[in-house]
Amino acid sequence: MAHRLALDDQRMETIMGRLLQVGVLLASAVVLAGGFLYIRAHLGSIVNYRTFAGEPAALRSVRGLFRLLMTGDPAAVIQVGVILLIATPVARVVFAVVGFALERDKLYVAVSVTVLAVLMASLIYSI
Amino acid sequence: MRRISGFAIGHLAALPVLTFTLLVFAGSLAAGLLGALTGLGGGVVLVPLLTVVFHVDIRYAIGASLISVIATSSGAAAAYVREGFSSVRIGMFLEIATTIGAIFGAFLATRMPTRVLGITFGVVLLYSAWLSWRQTRFHESEAVRVSPWSDRLRLSGSYPDRSGGECSYKVDRISAGFATMFGAGTLSGLLGIGSGAVKVLAMDRIMRIPFKVSTTTSNFMIGVTAAASAGIYLHRGYVDPGLAFPVMLGVLAGSLLGAKLLVRAQVSLLRSIFTVVILALGVEMIVNGWVGRL
Repeated sequence: MAHRLALDDQRMETIMGRLLQVGVLLASAVVLAGGFLYIRAHLGSIVNYRTFAGEPAALRSVRGLFRLLMTGDPAAVIQVGVILLIATPVARVVFAVVGFALERDKLYVAVSVTVLAVLMASLIYSI
Repeated sequence: MRRISGFAIGHLAALPVLTFTLLVFAGSLAAGLLGALTGLGGGVVLVPLLTVVFHVDIRYAIGASLISVIATSSGAAAAYVREGFSSVRIGMFLEIATTIGAIFGAFLATRMPTRVLGITFGVVLLYSAWLSWRQTRFHESEAVRVSPWSDRLRLSGSYPDRSGGECSYKVDRISAGFATMFGAGTLSGLLGIGSGAVKVLAMDRIMRIPFKVSTTTSNFMIGVTAAASAGIYLHRGYVDPGLAFPVMLGVLAGSLLGAKLLVRAQVSLLRSIFTVVILALGVEMIVNGWVGRL
């Protein structure tokens, strides 16, 4: 039937819901793996989050993170999971742009592109 | 190191990694569970838990909380969608306001003294406690006036009613709702919470969107709002991997468990307990912020 192939708001939301779930599942798996490695590597040490020092520069940028990941740093694995998690809602907005374009709803393509632009601006500003 | 509240609880500031991780995971699980059962979200109790009980610097707490907020919003998404209430258009339209607000909030957070952050958080907690107290008696408002922009912006929609039919609705006071959403985004970016209560307030009370549509659409919006400020926090070094991982996994597990238990739970009792807890935490955060202990 034709209407089963067509994309309406209801179907779009179902796909978005799945997209978000898969993203969270993936991110959680990476964070969990990184967490185990992290505990194993720091088993003897004492934590102190009382004083704020900020994370080392390598953990704050994508390039630095990639370099750390190559050395098998557990903290870097967790941060990759965190980035995957942040990327999940962004992917939802990207999907909305595509979805509204398929629905030929120009107004909401513009609305979703605006949201995407704001998200991108914050990400680019922070890199 | 300052030890002002250094009784038994003070020792939680310096623990071996494994113990600390397990305690934070358990605390986050409880926060996520209560947050899901009461509909207030885990972040609102998580940040005071980390700062007041575990003596974590409020900036680390906000960073970890924000990450957990994205996880819970996205993790619960499919369940909400199945109900068929949420509106992708209203959500996307209002996300313009919440994302810009979130960036503004994160910008403010990196410039505000931590004691001001603490006091602001305390005030938000007291307000949440008050809202939670009144929750049982919300009015089902009859939409009398309708903004002409509701149709022009294609915000009008419908949702399934109990008899299997469709119940249509229109949206009122769009600019006021939009402005409130900017405020919700700012709070989210500033304090690392989902600010679901403010989002529902903007949609349900101001824009007169049906309650079920408001709450489910709010859940969808929370993740996108939080993502807008998460990059800034990550870049500023507020997201510590060792803290973020038990918090994120704990809150996520707790909220998924909470969603399952919701059917059988004694929500009114839980809500009363939760109200007292956040009231106490709110007062504690204001006092701590006031005397500069955060």
